[in-house]
Amino acid sequence: MKAQGTVFKYGDNVDTDVIIPARYLNSSDPAELATHCMEDIDTEFVKKVHKGDIIVANKNFGCGSSREHAPIAIKASGISCVIAETFARIFYRNAINIGLPIIECPDAAKEIKAGDEVEIDFDSGVITDKTTGKEYQGQPFPEFMQKIIKAEGLINYINEKG
Amino acid sequence: MGMTMTQKILAAHAGLEQVTAGQLIEADLDLVLGNDITSPVAIKEMEKFNTQSVFDKDKIALVPDHFVPNKDIKSAEHCKCVRNFARKNEITNYFEVGEMGIEHALLPEKGLTVPGDVIIGADSHTCTYGAVGAFSTGIGSTDMAAGMATGKAWFKVPSAIRFVLTGKPAEWVSGKDIILHIIGMIGVDGALYKSMEFTGDGIAELSMDDRFTIANMAIEAGAKNGIFPVDDKTKAYLEEHTKRSYKVYEADEDAEYDETYTIDLSSLKPTVAFPHLPENTKTIDQVGDIAIDQVVIGSCTNGRIDDMRIAAKVLKGRHVAQGIRCIIIPATQAVYLQAMEEGLLKIFIEAGAIVSTPTCGPCLGGYMGILAEGERCVSTTNRNFVGRMGHVNSEIYLASPAVAAASAVTGRISCPCQLD
Repeated sequence: MKAQGTVFKYGDNVDTDVIIPARYLNSSDPAELATHCMEDIDTEFVKKVHKGDIIVANKNFGCGSSREHAPIAIKASGISCVIAETFARIFYRNAINIGLPIIECPDAAKEIKAGDEVEIDFDSGVITDKTTGKEYQGQPFPEFMQKIIKAEGLINYINEKG
Repeated sequence: MGMTMTQKILAAHAGLEQVTAGQLIEADLDLVLGNDITSPVAIKEMEKFNTQSVFDKDKIALVPDHFVPNKDIKSAEHCKCVRNFARKNEITNYFEVGEMGIEHALLPEKGLTVPGDVIIGADSHTCTYGAVGAFSTGIGSTDMAAGMATGKAWFKVPSAIRFVLTGKPAEWVSGKDIILHIIGMIGVDGALYKSMEFTGDGIAELSMDDRFTIANMAIEAGAKNGIFPVDDKTKAYLEEHTKRSYKVYEADEDAEYDETYTIDLSSLKPTVAFPHLPENTKTIDQVGDIAIDQVVIGSCTNGRIDDMRIAAKVLKGRHVAQGIRCIIIPATQAVYLQAMEEGLLKIFIEAGAIVSTPTCGPCLGGYMGILAEGERCVSTTNRNFVGRMGHVNSEIYLASPAVAAASAVTGRISCPCQLD
């Protein structure tokens, strides 16, 4: 499985309050949440994002609230993958559980720039910046998490396990 | 090799003699928690399960607290969804308006969290119950759904950072100042994926409410959980609040820690976290002259009876500065009632503050104290992120109830020691 898209670049500690502000949490509809995704740090995001695009950020992406609405909003806005130096732990779980691909890769997080065209091979974990031609090896998931991702989320995984 | 306190609890709940950091385990759950924002998403996920019944109706807690009493029609629909689910599944621990409180103040008070428990909650501040010696951690709605259906959750066993607390805090220094000091020291990802294990003779000087505040904000350092040993104060608290039996776990003497920090509590000063991260801390003497517009005293971090008493001690016989809004929110009905019986509410109202029914409201910018553009708030809550309490260009300064109350009186960030 591969993803390809244009990069939106953010810094350290992007918190779930800016990913989806609590004033919109009176809804749990993915499409509605997507219309406000990232608006408190990037008012252009919603206007410019296309299906398949990629978010690249530095350390502790998704810190703060446990709201699953955050990865849901990102996924529903069309983002195909989030690459970061590190993820906050609840966001990490939530992304895997709802089937939003995420990859930890400090070098890629540091070097890839906004607007770069990036391709990700999820099977190998290889991230290719097509704009610069540089390749990065992302951190592979443990086998257990790969099974959850393959089942397209935790609930399906549990159902399949019986 | 020895295990940390957290590792011992996880091993016991996974049916294993020994676990090591990094190991993936499946653990039995003693309690699964959700609120009015996260539960509706979990309830929708539950419908995808082959079996749609809950694993144990006594081991699920549903607490509408974020946007209640319902702030608008959409919130009312969410609460209705949670209420209907609770009725259908005969959930024992569903707390309606009138009985409810802010979840992390309410559950220990109701005796639902005891030492040695493994607890997950679809709210990041679920780590609060580490104050009573439980392993508790925040998760999302899908994990909550899986937990409600199966009574189990997967965990990566965390390594730990040890904080040895010594000495006795000075006057006006509370649990809030201690945890802000720690977050300022290690950063908002300083304990990422790890346990924060507190130990040392200084713990005996901390009230249970101080410990709840400290464990509550472990997540603000990125931690998986924060945990305290069980001592006489814990046992006295449990004696008063629960009939459940419990097992006390202690870290092995040869447990391994990634790092150990020793903190002399007597050296700490009242501490304030500046916008827009909890790690941007300054001690009160370094704050400078900062005029404010609003004060909030409450939340799962600082809405307990100790917090109300300290705020009242500062506000008694004084008045909120002209033009400043001071919003005080007892975290539970029991705290509210206690504050009333002790005459604290009278002190608050006479001082020109307002007192609200329990709600998370302003902490997350839900309602009951939203900030306009350019406004500043001193708040006893837990996060000061961009836009957290309202307009994207508003500012939140995190502080203790003592500093918040003193700031309400002066209209500037102040220490109670500076009053009079």
